[in-house]
Amino acid sequence: MPVSDFQPVIGLEVHAQLLTQSKIFCGCSTAFGAEPNRNTCPVCLGMPGVLPVLNQRVAEFAVRTGLALECTIRPTSVWSRKNYFYPDLPKGYQITQFDQPICEHGRLVIDTPQGEKAIRILRIHMEEDAGKSVHDAGGGQSLVDLNRAGVPLLEIVSQPDLRDADEAVEYLKAMRDVLVYLGVNDGNLEEGSFRCDANVSVMPKGSTTFGQRCELKNLNSFRFLKQAIEYEIARQVDVIESGGKVVQETRLWDVNKGVTRSMRSKEEAHDYRYFPEPDLPPLHVSAEAIDAAAKALPELPRAKLQRFTSQYGLPAYDARILTAERPLADYFEACAGHYKDYKKLSNWFLGELMRLLKEEGTPLSALRFTPAQLGELLGAVDQGMVSANAGKDVLGEMFRTGKAPADIIAEKGLAQVSDTGAIEAVVDDILAKNAGEIEKYRAGKKQVFGFFVGQVMRAMKGKGNPALVNELLKKKLGD
Amino acid sequence: MQLTDLTMLELAAKLAAGEVSSEEATRASLTRIQQVDPKVRAFLRVDEAGALAAARASDVRRKSGSPASTLDGVPLGLKDIFLTEGVETTAGSRILEGFVPPYDATVVRLLKEAGLPLVGKLNMDEFAMGSSNESSAFFPSHNPWDVSRTPGGSSGGSAAAVAAREVFGALGTDTGGSIRQPAALTNTVGLKPTYGRVSRFGVIAFASSLDQPGPMTRTVADAAALLQVIARPDAQDATSADAPVPDYSADLEAGVRGLKLGVPREYFTEGMDPEVEAAVREALREYERLGATLVDVSLPHTKYALATYYLIAPAEASSNLARYDGVRFGLRAKDARSLRDVYALTREQGFGAEVKRRIMLGTFALSSGYYDAHYLRAQKVRTLIREDFTRAFQQVDALVSPTSPVPAFKLGEKVEDPLSMYLMDIYTLPCNLAGLPGLSVPCGFTKAGLPVGLQILGRPFDEAGLLRIARAYEREHDFFRRSAPL
Repeated sequence: MPVSDFQPVIGLEVHAQLLTQSKIFCGCSTAFGAEPNRNTCPVCLGMPGVLPVLNQRVAEFAVRTGLALECTIRPTSVWSRKNYFYPDLPKGYQITQFDQPICEHGRLVIDTPQGEKAIRILRIHMEEDAGKSVHDAGGGQSLVDLNRAGVPLLEIVSQPDLRDADEAVEYLKAMRDVLVYLGVNDGNLEEGSFRCDANVSVMPKGSTTFGQRCELKNLNSFRFLKQAIEYEIARQVDVIESGGKVVQETRLWDVNKGVTRSMRSKEEAHDYRYFPEPDLPPLHVSAEAIDAAAKALPELPRAKLQRFTSQYGLPAYDARILTAERPLADYFEACAGHYKDYKKLSNWFLGELMRLLKEEGTPLSALRFTPAQLGELLGAVDQGMVSANAGKDVLGEMFRTGKAPADIIAEKGLAQVSDTGAIEAVVDDILAKNAGEIEKYRAGKKQVFGFFVGQVMRAMKGKGNPALVNELLKKKLGD
Repeated sequence: MQLTDLTMLELAAKLAAGEVSSEEATRASLTRIQQVDPKVRAFLRVDEAGALAAARASDVRRKSGSPASTLDGVPLGLKDIFLTEGVETTAGSRILEGFVPPYDATVVRLLKEAGLPLVGKLNMDEFAMGSSNESSAFFPSHNPWDVSRTPGGSSGGSAAAVAAREVFGALGTDTGGSIRQPAALTNTVGLKPTYGRVSRFGVIAFASSLDQPGPMTRTVADAAALLQVIARPDAQDATSADAPVPDYSADLEAGVRGLKLGVPREYFTEGMDPEVEAAVREALREYERLGATLVDVSLPHTKYALATYYLIAPAEASSNLARYDGVRFGLRAKDARSLRDVYALTREQGFGAEVKRRIMLGTFALSSGYYDAHYLRAQKVRTLIREDFTRAFQQVDALVSPTSPVPAFKLGEKVEDPLSMYLMDIYTLPCNLAGLPGLSVPCGFTKAGLPVGLQILGRPFDEAGLLRIARAYEREHDFFRRSAPL
């Protein structure tokens, strides 16, 4: 059977570092990039005698995420120990949640070529991150950096509802958007603060029994996720086609070779000996706390996108870009309060504003002009007080100096000339100097019209109102 | 009478009156250690400089009329399971030899804040696993009442040091009887508080759901005073109880008239030493004479306590001891050439036989496929044991029983037979499984002059009740005045 006769079945496990100031069980900083082992204390070093104390922000973030993903929040969830030896795991166990996680039974809607699709979320649990081992440090030694040990993580496990690599990528992107919108995660795949493992299996089309799955690791970009899943699907189909059996194992995505390779088999898998963490009482979340968190939930990316298309009448393309990040969407809405041609506003956002932000590397939060001032500028353009081109210069100046648009227009003499008499004088002058061109125009060479417009605008240093210039030229040329 | 013969409160009174200085008391303690510890071997480490500095600071406070607490200046010893900043702490194990903690346990901080000079670290069974002190990686301690015998365990060094009057009091920890059993074997008072009453932060973990620090003293009043210093909610221990801390000395002399004392029939069983039973029965009659009513009660699941304990405690221990991996502190096997070697050789060389036995037991109990039948089942039985107590305490105010089925046994006698060693704790284990407070108070001697202890168990957070009941008996006797024949 060819690959097309097989149905891939995919589930993702997302690990998201929570944007708390301090670690999950101690007061150490979670800041990235500190000198190795700087952000540590006896607790996260796993010294004898230490005990964990839960950072309540972690539970708040977990509840917020659970609600955003339409999960049931457990009133009482339980901490467990996952036991295994590794040098970057200081206590010899990871504190996590096992059979009673804080959130269960949620869903996340994604777009597919066939339309919307809800991917079910099996569970979300809280846990502590491990440290980092640095191998080949020289002299045959490995080094351990425990700055990351104890940084809070959410693990979000989907049901095996994804059916191809593109759906997996869509799901991961949508998940990242949600977490970033919630302010619980920075969505950074490269630094590993947002990462995922994929469980992949294949079965003959029409079958209802899933095939044996493999777990893929080291998928630290959307591209690698797609490539690894596609490779793995083809590999599993090959194994089956050649009469073999897919064995349950953990496989590592090899970025350089573009293949997945076996990391450990089921037999080599750890027996983690989970048991309830005796150092931490079960976590209770009250109905009031859940209600309060639900009320405080921000509008989520998907709902915002839909509202942008309906409320502002924007094309999906515009809405998607404007809502990709919450600050941009918020700023658009602030400006929309001052300027009602939303499509035109969107054009300015997608064009000039985003170009300026990108070129200058300025975050939105540092913008020096107000939404009202941007509205004022666009109004001036509409009223012909300044040309669209000059308007871009004004915006640039506003961006750099924070001055009011009216002041910039006045200072720079950018005000558009809309005085019919003044324009007519220039038009007459240009026509008088170009009798030959008039002949060509009248002989049917209509593109000469553009030449006249250009001459007039140049003579007026770009300040002539283009609509008036056009109108007068047409009249004089006898159209 | 020597200075070291004073109880903690007697010394505190003299310090308050200016009749003696803390430095004198501390030097007396250090001298006594020099004289008798070669026979008792209670101390793993003496911190003379630290203790004297603390004593002198205490004397300054006393002179200026601003003592830090009633016990300011009273020298104390610590089981080597409590982390002491800058002072080596080993839990009786080779794997922690040379480990100098970077921080103080919460209780150590509280003791320092209260002004008590800490004279040194006391011997113990390795990681508190044992009932005779013989699993200490360094040497066994000896019972001051007969140095050929064990002082009990695991807080055997603490009990021996207090009984030998090397220190005025000590702290121990109790996971299955490790404060009460050695107290019983050495004619001292040992109190295991309610689980959560005293912070476990900075106490090297054996079994997290069972461990509890507590005072070991010569008198009941001393135990009350010392508990007063260390019983405190602790934000660094999530299992620490928020319950209010009463004045443990307030009702100490209130007597037992009108109280109902339960006598659990399962705690008077075959295999109990007849002299121990006789001493305890006599104590029960004494309570009746003092106005208490004895009530026959049953704790039917007692017979499962030992098995339950030896699944739960090793399971937690197997995980708690995983951090001793040679990576960050303590021993690392010198001949290790690979990561696997670092783990295997370090733990092979660093842990003793009893610790390894329990790590294996616990690892097995938690293993996939065995978890339900072992660990989970044990947790269910634990609930039944707890319910036994809850029912009993609906009828009675406290339970009284022997602490240990036998008096101090010979060193070496049970080393080859772990099961008979485990049986030493059959009367003390259930209290830990239920999280209750328990106390052992001296109740006489055998003909051979070996101490016998009476155990009193109470409702959660009723330490004051236990102390009052123990004091009522103690007041009628002079056992605590007797000194060991050293």
